[in-house]
Amino acid sequence: MSTVTISTPPKLEMPVKHYLNDNYGIRSWLLTKDHKRIAILYLLTLTFFFFLGGVFAAMIRLQLLTPEGTLFQADTYNKLFTMHGVNMVFFFLVPSIPAVLGNFLVPLMVGAKDLALPKINLASWYIFIIGAAFALAALVSGGVDTGWTFYTPLSSGYLKTHVITLAVGVLIAGFASIFTGLNFIVTVHRMRAPGLTWGRLPLFIWSNYATSIIMVLGTPVLAITLILLALERGFHIGIFDPKLGGDPVLFQHMFWFYSHPAVYIMILPGMGVISEIVTCFSRKRVFGYSFVAFSSIAIAVFGFLVWAHHMFVAGISTYSALVFSLLSFAVAIPSAVKVFNWTATIYKGSVSFDTPMLYALGFIGLFTVGGLTGLFLAALGLDVHVHDTYFVIAHFHYVMVGGMVMAYLGGMHFWWPKLSGRLYPEGWAKLAALITFIGFNLTFFPQFILGYMGMPRRLAAYPPEFQVLNVLSTAGASILAVGFILPLIYFLWSMKYGEVAGPNPWRATGLEWQTSSPPPTHNFDHTPVVTREPYHYGEEDEEEVPVVP
Amino acid sequence: MSHSQTTTTEHHPALAHQFDSMAQQREASNLGMWVFLLTEIMMFGGLFTAYLIYRLKYYEAFVAGSTSISVSWGFANTLVLIGSSLTMAMAVWSAQQGKRRLQVLFIAMTMLLGSVFLGVKAKEYYDKYEECHIPGSSFNAEGGPGCESGDIAKELVEREHIPLEAARQTAHQTQIFFSFYFAMTGLHALHMFLGMGLMTWLLLRARRGDFGPEYYSPMEYGGLYWHFVDIVWIYLFPLLYLISRHR
Repeated sequence: MSTVTISTPPKLEMPVKHYLNDNYGIRSWLLTKDHKRIAILYLLTLTFFFFLGGVFAAMIRLQLLTPEGTLFQADTYNKLFTMHGVNMVFFFLVPSIPAVLGNFLVPLMVGAKDLALPKINLASWYIFIIGAAFALAALVSGGVDTGWTFYTPLSSGYLKTHVITLAVGVLIAGFASIFTGLNFIVTVHRMRAPGLTWGRLPLFIWSNYATSIIMVLGTPVLAITLILLALERGFHIGIFDPKLGGDPVLFQHMFWFYSHPAVYIMILPGMGVISEIVTCFSRKRVFGYSFVAFSSIAIAVFGFLVWAHHMFVAGISTYSALVFSLLSFAVAIPSAVKVFNWTATIYKGSVSFDTPMLYALGFIGLFTVGGLTGLFLAALGLDVHVHDTYFVIAHFHYVMVGGMVMAYLGGMHFWWPKLSGRLYPEGWAKLAALITFIGFNLTFFPQFILGYMGMPRRLAAYPPEFQVLNVLSTAGASILAVGFILPLIYFLWSMKYGEVAGPNPWRATGLEWQTSSPPPTHNFDHTPVVTREPYHYGEEDEEEVPVVP
Repeated sequence: MSHSQTTTTEHHPALAHQFDSMAQQREASNLGMWVFLLTEIMMFGGLFTAYLIYRLKYYEAFVAGSTSISVSWGFANTLVLIGSSLTMAMAVWSAQQGKRRLQVLFIAMTMLLGSVFLGVKAKEYYDKYEECHIPGSSFNAEGGPGCESGDIAKELVEREHIPLEAARQTAHQTQIFFSFYFAMTGLHALHMFLGMGLMTWLLLRARRGDFGPEYYSPMEYGGLYWHFVDIVWIYLFPLLYLISRHR
């Protein structure tokens, strides 16, 4: 069986049997309980929604190429930014890393055969598909123009579009995310391999664990909010309707109680990815392991206490605004801890600039800009000035695209050899990372300036003096699109023509690299036993990281 | 099969492939069930919080609305539901003991009591419909044509001796109370329906003799779910029927 010769460098071969060729046919995929295959199902679904949301973004940017906005009617424009937001937030960003990389990696990283509840895992994908079907139904029947925030009473009484259909879609997709979170929590608690103590868990696991806590505690509140919204719209029950004594601000409180923590659902798993990449490509132990681990938990906890900073101008009391402002500043501390620790990890490491590392470095820079401008928005006085302007849009996209999407792409490149068993073309990948970084900054940096100058968000037209910056932004968006389409092409190409990766192309630590690539259906031939701390890079025995054929 | 079985001497037919032992499987599914119940608490929690906010804001209307619903039916239903929790607990116990016929009997009794609860709830809803207290365009608590039985304004004038105009305003505001009444008891009733489906499934499995001292997790979690839904009612009953009630 073994064809390895001693004298020439060993030619790597794909394992004979792995999760992708274990069995064939559509049924073996649609009825699978293998976490790796479910991750692939999610990957396909989310890629579709990412590009669908991207198409809406492209239409928005095209509309804003000219001040008069000649391409679409104002009503259509409202639908475009709503469908962009709902698509990207609920059907891409929230599930992205947990449902794809998390599903694939959590059992591998803890040395288990599968997630604790495989049937629930498959159910989560089906529930997601049902929710997505509702969202698509709302889309093809004319779209919805509430904005992704569904604010009442606009959404509950005044619009004629299919708000209920879309809200039900988001509600159903929420249960998918609850199931994923529940599964991760149980798996991390009960399925760890012998010797894998909490202090030895990879940071990716810590950040996904923190994410799961938010998913489990926050999503049900979104569910009840959307149920009340649907009842309000369908039966005019009046809980959020000022005409009947209801309070629309309560809707905002309940909505943001989930949707602010939800931005941590979106960013925390990305931070986990970056922690893995940065240590691996610096060949150095992560700086301050326990600080990075616990900052994830701190973000999850603080994240629940800052929601009203979305409502500083919505008529909440000055005193509660003060407290929420202070708490919003506090949540910057654990985020900053992470940035400092990544930087300290890189410092004096033997850094190599492979593609995942390029994305990670991009993440650190862009997330820092996004995070710091978040502090501008947490400041009460400045928030009044820049509220509902492009400043907020730019801030949010620096965190979500510059942060989260960069981390997702970085993670996809880092673990692509594990997923597919093959390497992507390094040159093209580096180029794509560079294009993404340049295109991103060109798209969104002008929006900071636009917002600070006072250009409001969500409008289909703008004063002519803003045109230059808007043209820059649209030009950037087209470059960004190239950066996103390139990986799609070469990932597909590499599945057939890529070099065989071998079990551990990055010489990384972590249990997922100790099994073959792609892994067998049952993950490990023997249950691994963990005897030391994670990230033991740069130690004299590093070369002994087992490379199992 | 190629992959080696590393641990475990026992191999129960109900042991799933990803676990090493029945103990690990039980611990994992236990934790999963409790986390699920936590999500339920958060979901009802959002609704309860909104209820409390409006109760403070429209205290008069909540008193009036609460007084107009039937505390005796509510109390009867509370007893029925507590009874069903008892039979559910007995069903779990008989599963642990491996007593097949007792399991079937107790689950059937639980389902019977659950149906009684839903029947009473339906009767209460119908009364609300007759009194025009269903929130929405047909809501009328001020004695409109055909809605005389639900004239909260008139009751307020007689009981509190307040001017008709003020009474009518309060009566109008009870729509918020009834919105919560229907949203909360409706969501609870939906959970009861889901529980009945769960019970049907457990009944079939119990009849087949699936449960015994080594393996009774589905029964245990069905029980936990049923008790949770029961506890929600234990909070709903005082909040809606009792604490705001006049006299």
